[in-house]
Parts: sequence; structure tokens; C-alpha cells
Amino acid sequence: MIVDDIAAVRDREHAARAAQKARIAVCSAAGCLSTGGSAVKDALTAAVAEQGAGTDVRVLGTGCLGLCHAGPLVRVDAQDAAPAMFEHVTPALAVAIVSGVVGGALPAEQRCDLTQPFFTRQHRIVTSDAGVVDAERIEDYLAANGYAALEKVLTEMRPEEVVREISASGLRGRGGAGYPTGLKWSTVAKAQGPGKFVVCNADEGDPGAFMDRSVLEGDPHRVLEGMAIAAFAVGAEQGYIYVRGEYPLAITRLKTAIRQAERMQLLGHRILDTQFNFRIDIRIGAGAFVCGEETALISSIEGKRGTPRPRPPFPAEAGLWGRPTLINNVETYANIAPIILAGGSRFATLGTEHSKGTKVFALAGRIVNTGLVEVPMGIPLREIIYDIGGGIPDGRTFKAAQTGGPSGGCIPAAHLDLPVDYEALAGIGSIMGSGGLIVMDETSCMVDVARYFMEFCRDESCGKCIPCRAGTVQMHEILLKMTRGTADERDLGLLEQLAELVTRTSLCGLGQTAANPVMSTLHHFREEYMAHIRDKVCPAGVCPMHAEDRP
Amino acid sequence: MSVTTLTINGRLVSAAEGASILDVAREHDIHIPTLCHLDGLSEHGACRLCLVEVAGSSKLQAACMTKAVEGMVVTTDSERLRTYRRQIVELLLAERNHVCSVCVANRACELQDLAVSMGLHHVRYEPQAPQLAMDASHPRWIIDHNRCVLCTRCVRVCDEIEGAHTWDVMGRGRQTLVISDMNEPWGDSASCTSCGKCVRVCPTGALFEKGAVATNKDPHFVTYLRMAREQKLWNR
Repeated sequence: MIVDDIAAVRDREHAARAAQKARIAVCSAAGCLSTGGSAVKDALTAAVAEQGAGTDVRVLGTGCLGLCHAGPLVRVDAQDAAPAMFEHVTPALAVAIVSGVVGGALPAEQRCDLTQPFFTRQHRIVTSDAGVVDAERIEDYLAANGYAALEKVLTEMRPEEVVREISASGLRGRGGAGYPTGLKWSTVAKAQGPGKFVVCNADEGDPGAFMDRSVLEGDPHRVLEGMAIAAFAVGAEQGYIYVRGEYPLAITRLKTAIRQAERMQLLGHRILDTQFNFRIDIRIGAGAFVCGEETALISSIEGKRGTPRPRPPFPAEAGLWGRPTLINNVETYANIAPIILAGGSRFATLGTEHSKGTKVFALAGRIVNTGLVEVPMGIPLREIIYDIGGGIPDGRTFKAAQTGGPSGGCIPAAHLDLPVDYEALAGIGSIMGSGGLIVMDETSCMVDVARYFMEFCRDESCGKCIPCRAGTVQMHEILLKMTRGTADERDLGLLEQLAELVTRTSLCGLGQTAANPVMSTLHHFREEYMAHIRDKVCPAGVCPMHAEDRP
Repeated sequence: MSVTTLTINGRLVSAAEGASILDVAREHDIHIPTLCHLDGLSEHGACRLCLVEVAGSSKLQAACMTKAVEGMVVTTDSERLRTYRRQIVELLLAERNHVCSVCVANRACELQDLAVSMGLHHVRYEPQAPQLAMDASHPRWIIDHNRCVLCTRCVRVCDEIEGAHTWDVMGRGRQTLVISDMNEPWGDSASCTSCGKCVRVCPTGALFEKGAVATNKDPHFVTYLRMAREQKLWNR
């Protein structure tokens, strides 16, 4: 398909949209589907047909609308009215919504206040298509200016200009470590030889994190477009998306999206009638957390056991089958098209000195608004938790926020005004991570939290290197003793020594960061540890504090 | 061949290009403890005993897998490295059932040698004492997982030297286990050629001969085999 045909599709979509009286968007991300979202969508579609509004009203399933705890969510965009959103929608309410759209007066009940900070304080770049684009229709994505960045890159730019634009944006890897994306791209671009690969790491595995899943489910084409631009910039013709097997919906939608894009010549051979070829295949993970580590991921794609290997050589030099390989996270790729369209320098105006753009967070735990939010880098944690997140429910008080999952740490109340950026979070012993943000109140015990994450790392260690394999077992053993009231101060010393050993000597990132939850809780909540050890008391009342209760 | 010059423990040493820090150190009689490494096999980089300090790098590097580079300044022995190495051996001793007095590899065991050389006479960690099944289905040898340190020498020698690839690794974390074929009894293995190389390279008593009172392990035959093949000593 050539550029003119794509433009024709866009025009058709815009014309159809102008003729529509209203669009009703049902959140079709896994969260809302789990609370009955598809029944709501069916009810909406049936009601539209029944009331003969088929040409006037369009029902579409879109990406995550954010307020996951209030699902199923339905958003109504009428021609002549302000957008409205409904929460906890039932099939009965769905019928009432359609009648309201047709009759011109929407139901008053179960309305979401769209002026609340949860919606107004967000800055949407990665999730900008949610509510607008039907995840299963490429025409919708095209109408939202989708693939315009790819078109611009292929027709107006040279590969090195693309790399320069990404470097200028200051974008850093959204998978957690925050490596400058432009630098990574230029390393792969400079690497010699044919057969380079572009890989998308969609093996999101942190407990409580669902940012990448939401992007893949809601806007798969955005990721494909980002990968295609990357492939053009570094000179690759083959891409892989490594997505975890626990995300069946994301896999289905990715497959649909790839098929649609291939049919429109936006992927495959001679993309947009240029000399550029790029093919994307999906590889499905089999449930190993360690496969999110890039060298283990490579091993897994190659069909081998998913275990890491020491770096260097880095995948940018020798990755998949020894070829130079670019590996970025889902959210990183989702940022590419907007950067190309708006310009790198424009993107760089958002955020802090060293952390540019926005970050998507999955709010979970003891917080009123659990869900998906996208905020500018540098926003104080307090704003995310109290303004956007709505604070702590049931009149309880904030105790800690956990970021970065099993590789991250707990941030205490004293640091609530900390700006959220890579350096600031690392400075207090946590990490940005991939964007999981778990809020805890006084009913959470920090020793138990550390024990939980250590259990996770112990079970997810690949078993290759000794410090991680055996060190996490022993650290968990000691933390377990603490929660049972049988640990003494000698155990605390052993724990601290082991934390250092595992951090310093483990082979890959999993082991090197496995002790972070322990070290950060020890640093910020040492007195809570001492209460368990010295007084044999769990201040939060969580730990059994006796040996019989095996958790 | 071009030569690289670097400093190890304050000594200026030269190395062939492409050599690992471990190669260079051994060539100059500088001792670095190892466990998963075996001359003649590919590097695994997993035991972390050969970690060394490289000036200018905040991360410790595995000597077996890090190439010697011109001007590199390496420290192979320091208080910190000694502490880490000791802890690693301690962790291994607590992980499975390493009871030297009843082990067939007593006094012929690399894990025991490491512990002795470190003056390790006490393990501070909780013994995990797993109850792992032994496999005595092979007519000549036994694998006792309770003594396995997961160095994967057996896996590598079987794959890289014998070419049978009978052994591999299953599971993860503390559940990791060396298995034959698709986790079938060793004696039923269709791929095993009964060459016995795995038994000879095993650093502990995990792989041993039936009826043997003490094992006689000599893993150095691997380098001989490799050399003989490369120099085509057996070709007519």
C-alpha cells in the first residue's frame, strides 16, 4: 500500500467519524474485561442495533481508561457534548447509556468525575490513544495519525537522523534501568554486519505491574510502529516481540495487529513502497521472570534455556544468534512515534534534567484509585499518591510506596516530596523500575514485605549462579525467622552480609538487585526489624511471630 | 600473534591476545579459585569464585570470561574478594548434603579443597538438607544430586567433547537439577554412550563409580582430548 492509500483510509475514517453522533468506548483491557467488560460491550452493541442508531453511534473497545478499580468503564464522546465516563457499568446501565445518547440526555448515575485530578493531572503520551482507538482496528490507529511517524521516517529522514532525534529527546529505557535509548540505538546502528535484530521486551513480570500489558492490549500498533522505526534506524530487517505467556489477550491483539499491518504494507516487504523491509514475529515466554533480563531473553528466543550470561559482550554488539541486537521495552517503543512526530527537543522539554518525558505507573495496593496513570517525569510522589491516586482509603495513613518490584525498594513518608525521576529514586535506594507502584499503609509489615519479595526472587532465580540461587534461599530463611520471632541480632548481621554478597557477585540483574527490597527496608525501617528481633513483636500485626504458622 | 600487557596484583604480565584474565593469571602462577571452570570446556561464568577487581569498573568481573585488555589493572586477591569467595563456598555447603566423612569423593573433591584452602570449618547458614533422589539405574555409575553443585561440567563435557548431550539442566532456583535426556533414568538413556567423561569431570562426589571406595578423578584429560583433536593426532 502506498502513502496515498493510507491517506485515503484516514480520510474515510475522519469522514465516518464526523457523520457519527457519538462514540461509545468500552475499556477492553484485562482489568475491565475481568469485571464484565465484554458483556457491557455486547449490551451496548445490541442496544445500538435495537434502537436503530447503527450509523449514528459507534461502539468500540479501547485501551485501558485508567481507573481500573471502577471497571467496567465506558466513555461517551458525543458530537455536541463534553465527554462523559461511567464506572461499574452493568449491561442494564449500558442500555440506558445508549438511550441517553440517542435521546440526548445521558444517565446521571455512576458518572465518573472527569475533572478530578486523576484525569486532569495526567499527561498522556504513551496512553494517548486510550478511549480513541479500537485496539483491534488498524483504521482507528491510522485515523489517530498512526504510522505517520513511520511514513515520515521512511520518506523524509535518514537512519542517523532518526537516531539523532531519539538522542535529542533524552528518552531513557522504560524497562527499569534507564539506559539512554538514543545511545543504545546508535551503538546498534554503528555495529557492522547484516542480520541485525530488533527485539521488544514484553516479559513484564514485576508483581503488581501491568503497564506494558495495557499498552499491548490497548494500542498494539503503537509498539509495532516504534519497532519499525527502530529497525529502520539501526538497519534491521527482523524483529521479535517476546511477550509473556500469561498475557493471552495481548498476544491475540498483537497477532491481529501484525496481520493488519502486513496487509497494509506497513510491515513486511517494501514497506510503504520503499526499499525498507521489516518483519515482526512473536515469541511467547513460558513463565520465567528471569527472561525479562536481556541475555536470558535472547537465550529463550534462540530456543535455549532462559538463563543469563555475563555482559560484555552486550546484545548491542553480540545478541540474538551473535548478531547486533537492539532490545527495548514496550513503553520505550510506544514513545518513539510521538517523539518523531513532535520532535526530540519538544519531548525533552517535559520532565527533569536527566529524565525526560512521561512515565506510566500501575497504581496498586492501599490507594483509592488503583489503576493506570501516566505522569510527567519529576512529579512529586505525593502528587501521584494523594492527588491522582486519591490518597489512602479507610482513613489509614501512608507508610511506604514500593517501586521497581523485586528489584526496587520502599520509599517512606519522609521522601514523599521526592520528584519521580531515575536519579532521585536510585538516590534513596529504590529504582524507577518498569512502573509498578504499590502503596502500603500501617497494616503492612516491612519485614514481611521484604520476605515476600525475597521469596519471589528465590523462586524466580534461574539457578545458574551460586550467590543468587543459594543466597536468596538463605536470605529468605533469615527473614522467615524474623517474621516468626526466632531471629537474633546475629541473623541480622548475616542478612546484611548476604545482601552485599548477592548484590555484588550475582551474574545478572535479577541477583544484583534481589537484595534491594531488604536493603531499602533495613535503611528506612530499621526499628521495625529491631522490634521483630529484639522485642519479638510485629508492630503492624502481620507476622505470626511464632514458629508453627508457616506462611 | 600480538601480545597484551596488563597488571595483575601489581605485577606487569604479558598475555596472548584474546586470553582471559584467568588464563593469564594461571600462566604466571597467580592463583584464582574456580569451580565451574574446566580447561577444555566452554566457560559457564556461574560459580562466581573467580571474580576479580578491575580498576575503573565498579562491577566485579569473572576472570574466566573477561578478556585481558591492554593496560588493564587487575586485583585477584583482596579482603573483600576473600570474604565473598568464602561466603559462596559456605552457601554451597549449606545448599545440599555435603558430608565429607561419608562421601566417596572425600579427599578428591574440589569443593572440599576450596573449603580447606579457605580455612572454612564452620557453616553459618541454615543447612537446607534437601531429600533428593539418587539415580543408580546406570550399570556403572551413580548420580547423587545431594552432592551436586550445579557447575554443569558434566553437561558441557557430554555436549562439547562427547557430542552426546545426554545431560542438561531442569527447573530453576533451588529446584535446579541436572537431568539425563528428558528427565528419564540414566540407565534408560538412549543418548548416553557410557563414556564416563561426566564422572571424571565432576568436581564432587555427585557422579561416581559403583563399588568404588574412593573416586579417582582426573579432569585434565579434557585438554588432552581437545589438543589431540585439534592437532589431528588420531587421523590416518
